[in-house]
Amino acid sequence: MPAYPPLSLHIPEPPGRPGVPTDFSYLKVSPAGAVRRPPIDARPDDTMDIAESLVRVLDDDGEARGPWAPAADPALLRRGLRTMLLTRAFDARMLIAQRQKKLSFYMQSLGEEAIAIGQALALAPDDMCFPTYRQQGILIARGYPLVDMMCQLFSNPRDPVKGRQLPVMYTSRAHGFFTIAGNLGTQYIQAVGWAMASAIKGDTRIVSAWIGDGSTAAADFHNALTFACVYHAPVILNVVNNQWAISSFQTLAGGEAATFAARGVGNGIASLRVDGNDFLAVLAASAWAQERAHRGCGATLIEWITYRAGAHSTSDDPSKYRPADDWARFPLGDPVARLAQHLTRIGAWSDAEHASTQAEVEAEVMAAQKEAESYGTLASGHVHDASMMFDDVYRDMPAHLRRQRAQAQGA
Amino acid sequence: MATMTMIQAIRSALDVALGRDENVVVFGEDVGYFGGVFRCTEGLQAKYGKTRVFDTPIAEGGIVGVAIGMAAYGLRPVAEIQFADYVYPGYDQIVSGAARIRYRSAGDFISPLTLRMPCGGGIYGGQTHSQSPEALFTHVCGLRTVMPSNPYDAKGLLIAAIECDDPVIFLEPKRLYNGPFDGHHDRPLVAWTGHPRADVPEGHYTVPLESAAVFRPGRDLTVLTYGTMVWVAACAAEETGIDAEIIDLRSLWPMDLDTVVTSVKRTGRCVVVHEATRTSGFGAELAALVQEHCFWHLEAPIERVTGWDTPYPHAQEWQYFPGPDRVGAAYRRTMEA
Ligand SMILES: Cc1ncc(C[n+]2csc(CCOP(=O)(O)OP(=O)(O)O)c2C)c(N)n1
Ligand SMILES: [Mg+2]
Repeated sequence: MPAYPPLSLHIPEPPGRPGVPTDFSYLKVSPAGAVRRPPIDARPDDTMDIAESLVRVLDDDGEARGPWAPAADPALLRRGLRTMLLTRAFDARMLIAQRQKKLSFYMQSLGEEAIAIGQALALAPDDMCFPTYRQQGILIARGYPLVDMMCQLFSNPRDPVKGRQLPVMYTSRAHGFFTIAGNLGTQYIQAVGWAMASAIKGDTRIVSAWIGDGSTAAADFHNALTFACVYHAPVILNVVNNQWAISSFQTLAGGEAATFAARGVGNGIASLRVDGNDFLAVLAASAWAQERAHRGCGATLIEWITYRAGAHSTSDDPSKYRPADDWARFPLGDPVARLAQHLTRIGAWSDAEHASTQAEVEAEVMAAQKEAESYGTLASGHVHDASMMFDDVYRDMPAHLRRQRAQAQGA
Repeated sequence: MATMTMIQAIRSALDVALGRDENVVVFGEDVGYFGGVFRCTEGLQAKYGKTRVFDTPIAEGGIVGVAIGMAAYGLRPVAEIQFADYVYPGYDQIVSGAARIRYRSAGDFISPLTLRMPCGGGIYGGQTHSQSPEALFTHVCGLRTVMPSNPYDAKGLLIAAIECDDPVIFLEPKRLYNGPFDGHHDRPLVAWTGHPRADVPEGHYTVPLESAAVFRPGRDLTVLTYGTMVWVAACAAEETGIDAEIIDLRSLWPMDLDTVVTSVKRTGRCVVVHEATRTSGFGAELAALVQEHCFWHLEAPIERVTGWDTPYPHAQEWQYFPGPDRVGAAYRRTMEA
């Protein structure tokens, strides 16, 4: 045996820290229009080049380019832009309300709105979503009432989950929105199960599964890829790579050695790496993946490149671990500004309309907030009756819980 | 001596352990550069370097698994699970791996690792930031399960855990991180500053495992408890005027049975208090032990005050939490029986 040098442990470093501006060259950005669009029935291993490049439609001037440029109806794009503005206004108001202690906690989706909303618009309304806590855009795009969202956030007596869950842990079967889990990654493999069920039953509905870059480290992510591959499950496996997982840069989930999309290919799943701040690319890639799922070509993994513009949650302070101006310098920009630029360019939007829509969505959010607050907030102490915490543990309440409920009521 | 919060005491324990033994390594989600979401490891990476204090992927099964491999090699890993509620993906590694490696190899390999995890409610964390899963660990042979109730014990127990050759589950009641908490959530926060149990030596010391503390001596009844509930139990004693002897178990399993038995034999009455759900909770084991060892001395049935058998709710947190009123009522029933 030769005399080898001593080993050393590799610890990945982020490309920027407070006081050290981020070097974004790591991102590997392809020019708009440069990446090919394979046929719907492409073999998984025939997508490796796409998993390692970046599907983009909008160029720096807001022009749609290349094979992925969707033949999108401007009305749909306008709807997408309005929904993004609405979601952003909603997030901004709820952050303020959290500071006023009307809710205990909040998580915004600032900067990554295009992904959830674009995909929601590309899916059929009854396709099922298994979201994380950062896909409020799906609910809003599907017309779930803002008032009901806020009642959940305020934990008031109209909270559909009866005050049991942290704010943002929405659920709505009627809107194809699976109950959000606090335990990262668990929904991903469950989504594959739902997709398998749809196939077992000979149904036509497909599934959209969601996970963050950091959470791809969880075993459930890898289980999901394996099961989706084995059963050709009709599921879109979305990975939202917003670069950060609380304070951990995406390299800590393995993003240094390979793209997250490449993990899909390695598991026998067709995979795309897509500019998540490019609304047109989101629509086009989502449409491609859903078409594959419907046609029995199996799962598609889509890695969306975006940036978590805000703090992880209201409990987080990102100034402790990343440069403050990161988002302003992020090479893929702001999805709202980019779609507005494109629509303006094709004559379907204007600064004046932008301003009036902005005012409109803010008024809509304010009105919803006023109504939701009239039902109570955590700060006002108007919450579901405590005895209700014993409901829904089982379908029928067993004797021991009836006993405990009576004790809790002071009997 | 210095006044320390529980967070500072835990950090100090890690600092001492890292400084004394180069085999100690500290890791977990957000633990390295950032210093942990509760700041328990703040500054340690800068002091000891990136290969001794580091961030991990979000994979609890991976965190426990690599800890076992490192421990078998000869390191002393101290891994953080960000919240006890997120330990479940690591449970197979804990139960089938860490707990049994010594036994299945007849001592050929061991797992001297420490798994730190914040537990308990009281911070409006909802069902995934509030759980007390201690019974899932006390039920597993080969593990040691520890839960401190104050900064002094936290540091001494954590150093003892790290130095111990067995795998230790180290549960940190997060509601006590910044101050004692008697269950009166509507009163102003109390800080550790000036509290005698926040007087913590800066250097090395240990609080031995398997030793309970008499937190409050008393004659009327014995309270068996640990973690946050130690403070709630003491408050209930003051408020009811019942002279409760409060035993802070500190090490849940293996435990200090002598201290428990001596006290119960003397008082003849016993109340068990924990925040975790009731059924098959650790209180059931405690009640069984008292019954086995003190039956002929008991003058009243053993009472249990616990969380209800539901997931930890968010908005109804304080109706779930077994506060001083519920504990005090149990004292009265026990005295009247
Ligand atoms: C099993 C589990 N471990 C740890 C956590 C704590 N936690 C909550 S969010 C988060 C970061 C997730 O990052 P990522 O998956 O990238 O999603 P993002 O927040 O960026 O949308 C962590 C570690 C958790 N909720 N569940
Ligand atoms: Mg992320």
